[in-house]
Amino acid sequence: MPHAVEITDLHKHFGELEVLKGIDFTVDEGQVVCVIGPSGSGKSTLLRCVNLLEQPTKGTVRVNGVELTDPDVDIDAARRRLGMVFQSFNLFPHLTVLANVMIAQRRVLRRGKAEAERVARENLAKVGVGDKCDAYPPQLSGGQQQRVAIARALAMDPDLMLFDEPTSALDPELVGDVLSVMRDLARDGMTMLIVTHEMSFAREVADRVVFMDGGVVVEEGPPEQVIGAPRHERTRTFLKRVLDPTHASDDTADSASSATSADADSEGTQAQAR
Amino acid sequence: MTGHSMTAEPAGPAGRAPGGSRLSPRKRQRISRAVQYVVLAAAVVAVALLVNWQGLALNFAKMDVAVKAFPEVFTVALRNTIIYTVGGFVFGSIGGLLLALMRLSSVRPYRWIAVVYIEIFRGLPALLIFLFILFLPLALPGFWLPGGTYGLGILGLTIVSSAYMAETLRAGLQAVPKGQMEAARSLGMSHARAMISVIIPQAIRIVIPPTTNQFVALLKDSSLVLFLGVSGEYVELTKFGNDLASETANATPIMVVGLTYLLVTIPLGYLASRLERRQAKGR
Repeated sequence: MPHAVEITDLHKHFGELEVLKGIDFTVDEGQVVCVIGPSGSGKSTLLRCVNLLEQPTKGTVRVNGVELTDPDVDIDAARRRLGMVFQSFNLFPHLTVLANVMIAQRRVLRRGKAEAERVARENLAKVGVGDKCDAYPPQLSGGQQQRVAIARALAMDPDLMLFDEPTSALDPELVGDVLSVMRDLARDGMTMLIVTHEMSFAREVADRVVFMDGGVVVEEGPPEQVIGAPRHERTRTFLKRVLDPTHASDDTADSASSATSADADSEGTQAQAR
Repeated sequence: MTGHSMTAEPAGPAGRAPGGSRLSPRKRQRISRAVQYVVLAAAVVAVALLVNWQGLALNFAKMDVAVKAFPEVFTVALRNTIIYTVGGFVFGSIGGLLLALMRLSSVRPYRWIAVVYIEIFRGLPALLIFLFILFLPLALPGFWLPGGTYGLGILGLTIVSSAYMAETLRAGLQAVPKGQMEAARSLGMSHARAMISVIIPQAIRIVIPPTTNQFVALLKDSSLVLFLGVSGEYVELTKFGNDLASETANATPIMVVGLTYLLVTIPLGYLASRLERRQAKGR
């Protein structure tokens, strides 16, 4: 049986900058894999290469045996099987919560209106925002928006869910709601690839933890090993900074936010034409 | 702050400030304001005394001439102004969206065509375009547009407004956060589908306030239809006012027409700034 995700010799350059320097990596069906590491280590880029939001410079990405890096592959069809959850939610602000969850079902999967609505309501209820169907995303809290985003991805019946720092943009008291939704998903057997800074979550839920630094995988293995008893010095330094920031000797800024993610809100100033 | 007082002192035009430069900021402000009121009052008195009010009233606000403008100023002239403007706006929006998408296209020749068009028609006076259009039937013998003069006027306004709309819409499309396209694509939408369902609806919302201002500008530009040599049922406000003014040898119709323009443009201007404020709050 093919791996759910199989990445071989993945390289990614942004101009001169080499962000990924040869990653080999697999996720098996039903597994939950957490990717941790300092910001700028390439973990978000790795995740974005899995559904080809970033075009890898070199190497292959296979999802369920289909090579996505093949230029002739129907990438839209392949992405239907991959749910993606972003750090900044990226809900469609001009649509209601219900319409957010329905639109891709209708336009991409060509589901009927009644069926799409049923699936949408089901998934919204599942993530605990069933009562927000008629609200618009900006009216919701960050935690609610992120759960709607998860429901939107789940409504497509994905084989694999990708999470790109799903709790990094949330107020601390809202993180728990999102994590508990993800925990439920993991328990139900969803295959998940998660970039996160939530060490206790990774420790509890992950089948495997991957530590990345400087564009390479430094260490991977079961969470008890990678987080509990890291073998590499870089892993130890990173964990010390994240788990005990007040006593880390160096600056602790890494744990706060990721500079690699491309979601710096481009609230572009509207250039007036005249 | 205090060092400023030295340089500020000679600015008082009255030159009557007692006590030299040792004034407190509050006193200086009071004197400055008093001087401004005095200057204003003097100007008003001068205008009131020097202007020939009777002559002005006779030429610009003659009641019996003004009456002649009604009801045609509304039923024909304003109606036609709105037809030209709305027509130019609708086709200009479609053309502008097309040009904006071409401008952002990955196909380089499309970008070139869009840039050349936008630069040319934003750089030319609108009047020049109308003068060109006048010669189109001569240059292209088979040239025909539906709607007669309506067609020609709308064509002229479309050519101008699509260039401006293209730039506004391009800014709107680029103001939609990149994450929106990524979210749409990661749900399996094609690029075109994501544009139609996700990006363009948001871009249009973003550009509604500047577009309202553009509509006002277009309404004013519709006066250039005058140069197409329109007559009869096709006249719009400016032509109508001008014709009636020469007919009666009196400028009152032009005043009436001017007020009619303001009746439309001022509320629209308010609407635009209200929409702008609401958007600033909502985002």
